[in-house]
Amino acid sequence: MSIFVYTENINGSYKKAAFEAVSYAKAVADQSGTDVVAVSINPADSAENLYKYGASKVISLKSEALKNFNAKAYAEALSSVVDGVVVLPHSTEASSIAPMLAVTKNAALITNAVASPESVSPFQVKRKAFSGKAFMLAEAAGNQVIITVSQNSFGVKENQISGTEETKEVSFSADGITVVSQEKTSGKLDLKEAEIVVSAGRGMKGPENWGMVEDLANTLGAATACSKPVSDIGWRPHSEHVGQTGKAIAPNLYVAVGISGAIQHLAGVNSSKTIVVINNDAEAPFFKSADYGVVGDAFQIIPALTEKIKALKGH
Amino acid sequence: MKILVCISSVPDTTSKINFTADKSAFDKTGIQWVINPLDEFALTKAVKLQESQGASVTIVTVGDAGAEAVMRKALAIGANDAVRINTEPKDSLTVAKEIAKVAQEGGYDLILCGKESLDYNGGAVPAMLAQLLNQPFINASVGLEVNGSEATVVREIEGGKETVSVKLPAVIAGQKGLVEEKDLIIPNMRGIMTARTKTLTVKEPSETDVKVKAVSFDSVPARAQVKLVSADNLDELVRLLHEEAKVI
Ligand SMILES: Cc1cc2nc3c(=O)[nH]c(=O)nc-3n(C[C@H](O)[C@H](O)[C@H](O)COP(=O)(O)OP(=O)(O)OC[C@H]3O[C@@H](n4cnc5c(N)ncnc54)[C@H](O)[C@@H]3O)c2cc1C
Ligand SMILES: Nc1ncnc2c1ncn2[C@@H]1O[C@H](COP(=O)(O)O)[C@@H](O)[C@H]1O
Repeated sequence: MSIFVYTENINGSYKKAAFEAVSYAKAVADQSGTDVVAVSINPADSAENLYKYGASKVISLKSEALKNFNAKAYAEALSSVVDGVVVLPHSTEASSIAPMLAVTKNAALITNAVASPESVSPFQVKRKAFSGKAFMLAEAAGNQVIITVSQNSFGVKENQISGTEETKEVSFSADGITVVSQEKTSGKLDLKEAEIVVSAGRGMKGPENWGMVEDLANTLGAATACSKPVSDIGWRPHSEHVGQTGKAIAPNLYVAVGISGAIQHLAGVNSSKTIVVINNDAEAPFFKSADYGVVGDAFQIIPALTEKIKALKGH
Repeated sequence: MKILVCISSVPDTTSKINFTADKSAFDKTGIQWVINPLDEFALTKAVKLQESQGASVTIVTVGDAGAEAVMRKALAIGANDAVRINTEPKDSLTVAKEIAKVAQEGGYDLILCGKESLDYNGGAVPAMLAQLLNQPFINASVGLEVNGSEATVVREIEGGKETVSVKLPAVIAGQKGLVEEKDLIIPNMRGIMTARTKTLTVKEPSETDVKVKAVSFDSVPARAQVKLVSADNLDELVRLLHEEAKVI
């Protein structure tokens, strides 16, 4: 049986998380000696974008009624075409779909997988647990397995294949939810997808000082994040709060400025591949969990660092 | 209006997480248990609705007797009564099925959950519950108002937020924003005293079809010693990030 993968798109364009999920599904398929079938809802992008990561078939489910996100209807639509092992990203939307799919298919659900399976029969995979403080090797009973991949943990891996495309019209049953209004922070990098994140804490003293944090982020092509107290006081929006009670992220590079490195903060960011800490207190606990550190005043270091990175990029 | 709040009991957020010598299980020695912080936002919202709309608030926990201290705290915060399903949680689906049974028997108008439990991090029970009950489901909620038989909910979506309206009954999973941090209720003496006399019903579990089991656990490996770079030598930091870490 093929490995199925849900390829999420935003306004028709595939998300990076979709490419990562296909890459993951391809690894599972190789282990299982089978192929990958990608399933999308109302994509506008070309299926070629998915063949590139190893999907040999792309099923596009079309429905005007599924234009807005709707977990239940999306789960229902997916459930009509998938069977066996199904891979989804652990994104905001897909992590609502996956549990519903698991109920419908009476399947084992393993969320937040961080690596390809250790075994496919029985299905055993390492997942994040205890809010980034540990890993758990989970085992699924049976061969109906729904798995969500922790974003940025497996990575996007090219694996060009030639594939075929199929389009299906689907119907859907209303779930009683009506969208009243939407507020999209357009142009901003999605925090969970970002390769680089610049994050700042109470050491920045006040919201008026975030300009330099944003400059550094823009120069690096990074998303911005913050510690919990910073969003509690209202210096930054809740959506930027990372940590045990906020978002868990795993970028390639996490730059922490004026953040002390409390255990609850670390829990959400310690999966980052490289961590740089900038703090004027040499005793700040964060230095123990960092790869690179600079002890000094953020107000001087940040603008200077931004200039140096601009110079590097200019070359 | 009847509200059901699903509360999971998790290790205090400052806990060091250790495992038994054979790595097969979480070592509970010395652990302080707390209401899952995300559930605390849901519970506080429910208590506010109890005050403003005369709602009754029942909490439910799937857990062994060890969970009762945390449940009493939820009662002290203001829930009216509590139901405990007497079993160690095994996987999301069995937990969701046990709660679904409580929900069906009680006929609740609104079921509130946290978005994720901070121990197992499944992020799965609320959506499963909605699917089992065939009720609408709203995840990642950061705002909630109830008007009669309808609720207006603000939820996070990819790349932003949206406001939706939903007919009750519904399952809503949330986080900070349902109420603000400063609105969290610290139980007072009177709350703690009355909590002792509130009804806590214990029911036996009925679900046995476990789909996912933990084979082993591992701590996150420690990072190598930090490389400190002088604040006067940021060129070196840029070089290290570019040439050694290869991240810029
Ligand atoms: C239940 C619970 C859940 C929590 N969840 C989270 C969570 O999800 N995420 C989270 O972040 N926190 C969380 N916390 C809070 C956490 O414990 C810390 O309080 C918080 O992370 C501290 O934020 P901070 O580092 O920005 O501020 P502080 O601890 O005040 O640290 C500020 C740092 O800035 C440095 N600094 C000051 N001036 C400068 C300067 N000029 N240049 C450079 N550095 C400077 C200081 O040396 C200090 O290290 C939680 C707490 C609890 C109880
Ligand atoms: N054992 C449990 N008892 C009651 N509610 C639970 C339990 N486990 C999870 N929940 C609820 O489901 C939410 C998500 O949990 P999880 O799916 O485990 O991440 C939690 O925030 C709780 O509201």
